[in-house]
Parts: sequence; structure tokens; C-alpha cells
Amino acid sequence: MKATPVSNCERRFLLRAIEERKRLDGRQCYDYRNVRISFGTDYGCCIVELGKTRVLGQVSCELVPPKPNRPTEGILFFNVELSPMAAPGFEPGRQSDLLVKLNRLIERCLRNSKCVDTESLCVVAGEKVWQIRLDLHVLNHDGNIIDAASIAGIVALCHFRRPDVSVQGEEVTVYTPEERDPVPLSIHHMPICVSFAFFQQGTYLLVDPSEREECVMDGVLVIAMNKHREICTIQSSGGIMLVKDQVLRCSKITAVKVAEMTELIQKALENDQKVRKEGGKFGFAESIPNQKITAFKMGSAAVDTNNVEEQAEEIIAKADPPSEVFAKPILHTPGTAQIGEGIENSWGDLEESEREEAAEEEGESEATAFECQTVETEETSTMSETKKDEPIVLSDSEEEEVVILEPQELPKKTRTQTNSKQENTSKKAFNKRRKKKRAA
Amino acid sequence: MAAGRAEAEACVGQVVLPGDVLLLPARTDEERLRLGAGAGGRLLCGPGLRRCAAGLLVTKCGLLRHRQAGGAAAGGAYWVDSQQKRYVPVKGDYVIGIVTAKAGDVFKLDVGGSEQASLSYLAFEGTTKRNRPNVQVGDLIYGRFLVANKDMEPEMVCIDGNGRSSGMGIIGQDGFLFKVSLGLIRKLLAPKCEIIQELSQLYPFELVLGMNGRIWIKAKTVQQTLIIVNILEACEYMTAEQRKQALAKLSGN
Repeated sequence: MKATPVSNCERRFLLRAIEERKRLDGRQCYDYRNVRISFGTDYGCCIVELGKTRVLGQVSCELVPPKPNRPTEGILFFNVELSPMAAPGFEPGRQSDLLVKLNRLIERCLRNSKCVDTESLCVVAGEKVWQIRLDLHVLNHDGNIIDAASIAGIVALCHFRRPDVSVQGEEVTVYTPEERDPVPLSIHHMPICVSFAFFQQGTYLLVDPSEREECVMDGVLVIAMNKHREICTIQSSGGIMLVKDQVLRCSKITAVKVAEMTELIQKALENDQKVRKEGGKFGFAESIPNQKITAFKMGSAAVDTNNVEEQAEEIIAKADPPSEVFAKPILHTPGTAQIGEGIENSWGDLEESEREEAAEEEGESEATAFECQTVETEETSTMSETKKDEPIVLSDSEEEEVVILEPQELPKKTRTQTNSKQENTSKKAFNKRRKKKRAA
Repeated sequence: MAAGRAEAEACVGQVVLPGDVLLLPARTDEERLRLGAGAGGRLLCGPGLRRCAAGLLVTKCGLLRHRQAGGAAAGGAYWVDSQQKRYVPVKGDYVIGIVTAKAGDVFKLDVGGSEQASLSYLAFEGTTKRNRPNVQVGDLIYGRFLVANKDMEPEMVCIDGNGRSSGMGIIGQDGFLFKVSLGLIRKLLAPKCEIIQELSQLYPFELVLGMNGRIWIKAKTVQQTLIIVNILEACEYMTAEQRKQALAKLSGN
């Protein structure tokens, strides 16, 4: 079946909403959807739900002869399948680009990072080793399959137990689960992928894009990291051009998200372990609730429902008059303009200053940084030409993409900061100094 | 329950399953002749039901509904109220289509069915061979099916029998399109729908409902549009009280 095309109207609306920092389900730019991890009765079987995206992970093992050039290492085999029930565009047996990309990403994330200790999978060197096979089936596609698949993969590997083996001289005994408890795999660390979707040539970025947002995005950056802040894999696709600041910022966001996710995974694994030990009921029948169509259940969407009209007038009344700091744009060549001066290389300063910021403030710095970047890019975007000392006009027209103020949902405290920051958006170094002062 | 055969009148308002046979009251030849074309003539067999020897054969699971014979209409109608998300084109349905291709004189539209529908460029009000409609790939069109059967690709038109558009045509550039289940659309299209009345008291908005499960909404700002989209999507799962509470919270803000 062919996938439903995206209409122009949807595309325009989504891009406008993203410019206003609004997402369809009311999330913030850096928010993940709810993650639910449930385990099956067998060890190594789990379903991960990231919002409505569902991925099933299943691990199995087998004794096989090892690869000739690696006689003392076990074998890992990864397989990702896009089930046709996930989306109308997925057809069985068709090697689509997405499938190849997913397979490669999961392999790089889990194999090249050496998260599973393959030496411990050796039984008899040169003759028998364990082959661990991870199958990931995408059951429903509502955006961001990569993250869901990587979580499902690592959770399934952590949950899996292989049969215990003992070697006495020439004899190898493989014990059944009844004779001896199965043994978990030796996992060094848990790499998890975090996806960033970019819009408007890299101006706006969203974490965990939903399916509609994925349809209109320019490109995606996937960073796989573990909780020790080690990057296992990083991939940028879609042909977007990213500035190094953006990549660094994304990696910092990834660190935060991965830490939260790892905690969630640990908790889920512990819960399951506890339930099994106490002899309680476990498995999908218990954890996946009865979902009837008459069950009247839907996750609440945190849509901002503040009264729009009143707030708009408030904002206009409160807004500072636009400052005169922005000099005339300097025209380098026809089509390239610059407002404000460039910043010095602050590689060394970045880490120190960024660490002081809370996650909340990242939202604003991102906003200010965006405006910096739109200024510094060489593309002939209309934004770089807009004189910033025009009166603030809140209009619905799409020709002038005037994004002046932070959205209403930020608390009062940050709004004042934003206003003052806006006077000096071009001077990023100045901002850094300002932040250091506040923290001190 | 075990037999699967029951009187049609007895099952009204109950769940019926595919394969059930509903027996109709047997009519003698005399009765049929006497009644003729007047009241109590033909019984309408609606969606989810098929005629069979003994009576009506159920082909969809859902609740059985009945409408009494009334006035000039045919003698009563039975149908099955079922819930589904996948749309099958039906002649006379008003749907929202997305233009996917322009092939010569004809536009190809995606309506959510198995085949793409075709729409001739002359099927708009006021268009001639010289004066073509301004339709681009990716635009939204509200039209109805002229031809829709399982053997051919469906054909759509944006013009009614008299040559007037009566609300059909290209849908504007702004606004947002989203998909819901077919049952919700039918509920929203019912006359004096509570949901729409309550929503209209919140903010002014434009709304187009397509029988293929697609809804187009346009409100003044992005935020208002998003709120209405979320409420309509949630209406499937909310009871009337929950909906009233949610709307009260919104208008109270």
C-alpha cells in the first residue's frame, strides 16, 4: 500500500507550529513521549512503547562454531523488521532505505560499541560459541522508530538469560533451565539512541519527532550514548548542514535524556526481576492492559490552554520597545548579510558555562542561539535581512516569519531574562558572561 | 446466541456478529400487492447487512439499528453501527482528498481507500477548458463520489447535480488536517451534534468533515487550532461529562 501523502496544509501548519514552539501533542521541544517497557514470560522478550510507537524485541541463543578469524568470541546477530502492520507504507519483503538505515544504526549502536562482552560467550575455543540473535519487530510506527528500537534492543539483551554451561575437560554440559538457573549476558554498558529532528534548514530542533513531524522534517541527527556520557554512534541524515554548536548542544541533551532513560530501564528490569522471584504473575498478559475500544482511555495531552487573547495584549503591553543595538546589516555580497558581529571561538568556555545552566534555561539559550545562527548562515534567508528594530507585529501571515517573543508557557522569571537577552542576541559571548555572573 | 438466527426486531440495539442471520417477518403475496409503492414498501438494507434467502445476513460486527417506516421513505431501514478506521469509498459520500498527481485532464486524489480517486478538472464550478482550476499537488479537495464500486477506481466531482459547487471545491491553504475513526465522523455529522455546538462556543473555527475519517480545522491561531484538534481526537474516548468538564476548564481559563 502507498503511504498517505502529506498535504501542503499540514506541512505549513506543522512548520508554523514548530516556529511557535508548539507541538501537536503539547510537548516541549526536548520532551520525550511516555516510555512503557513490558516484559514477556520468556527471558529476553520485551515490548517498548514510546507514545504510540511500539517495538518488540526478542533475544535467542544457539551454540554454533565460531567465526574462523575470531575463535574465542561469540557471535552477535541483529535483525530489524518493519512489520506491515506498523504503517501502510511498509511492505513485506521490500528492502526500503529506512530498513537498511535502521539495521545499520542498530548494528553500530550495539555491536561496535561492544556493549555485550563477546569473550564471555565462548564455550570451547575454536569449536563452540554462543550466537546471540536479537530480533526487533516494529509493531506500530508513530514516529521515532530508531529510539524505540534501540531501547527495545538493549532492554531485551539485559533481560535475556542463556543456559548455563560447564566444561570438564572434553565434556561440555549445557544445563536446562530446570537443572540450573540460566545466566544473564555480560553487558558492559547500555547505549541508547536519541533522535533530533531539524526543521527550516537547522533552525528548529525537536527531540523524539512524532510521525507527522517526521514527514516534514529536513533531516535527523541520531546520537547513541550511554550513561557514562560516551558517544557510541552519531549519524546525521537528510543532508542538513549542522553547526558545531548545534551538534554539541544535541550531545548534551542526549546525555540528560539517556540518563533518565537508563534509570527507567533499570527500574523496569528490577521490577520484573522482583515479580519473578516472588512468584507473582508476569508476562504480557499482565502488563498490557485490556485495551477495548470502549475503554475510554487516552493519554492526556498537555496542550497549553492559557487564554490566548488576554495574554497577547498583556505581552504587547509588557514588551520592551525594540532596542537600537542592532546596527544596520552589513552587506558582504548581494544575498549575504550579517547583523552584529561574530563570536570568538569559545570551545574551551563552552563546557564550563553550559554545565552551570539548568535544563530549563537551555530552552532560552537555544532560542537566542537560533537567532544567532540564522544571522550567521550564508543562506539568503529573509530572517537575516529583517531589521530587528521594526515594530513587533503579531500576525498570522506566513510571509514575514516574525518570531519575537518566547512562548507564553515559560514562567515569569525567565520571561524577564528573555527580554533583556533579546537586546543582545548577537553577542553570544556577552550572554555567556551574563550567565556566569548569575550563577556566581 | 448459539444458533445465530433471530428475529430482526428482537436484535435491534444489540450486538450482532458477522454470520448472524436476521429473520424478517414473512410477508404474504397479498400483502405485498396491497401495499405496493406506498408506505411499508421496500425495506432498506443498510451498511453491514446483506439480503439472503431467510432475511438479512450480517457482515459487520456492531449494534443493530432500525428506523421505522416514515412518510415517503421506504418501509423502514436496518443497518449495523460499526466502528472502523479504514474507509471504503461509497457513492455519494462527501470526502476530503489530497491531490497526489496531475495527469493530463484529471487529478489523482488520495482518499484513504485502496485506489486513488480521479477528479476531472472540469468538475469544478465555473471551470472551462480555458479556465482551469488552480490546484497543486498536495492541496486538499472536498468533493463527493460520483462512481464508487469495487471494480473500478472511484471518481469524484466537486459539483452537484445542478452544476453548483454547494460548498465543495479546494479547501483553503491554512488550517490543519487530521484523521479520526469513521464512527466519530458520523457522530459529528448528526444533526444538532452536541460536540460541535459546545466547541463553537469556545472559539470561532472553520470545520470540514470528510466521510473518509479526515477532518480539516482552521481557527485563528495555531494554539486554538491545536486545542480543537486535541479535543476532537479525544472525543472518541471521552464520555459526555468528561468532555463538558474539559471544555468548561478551557472556557474558564
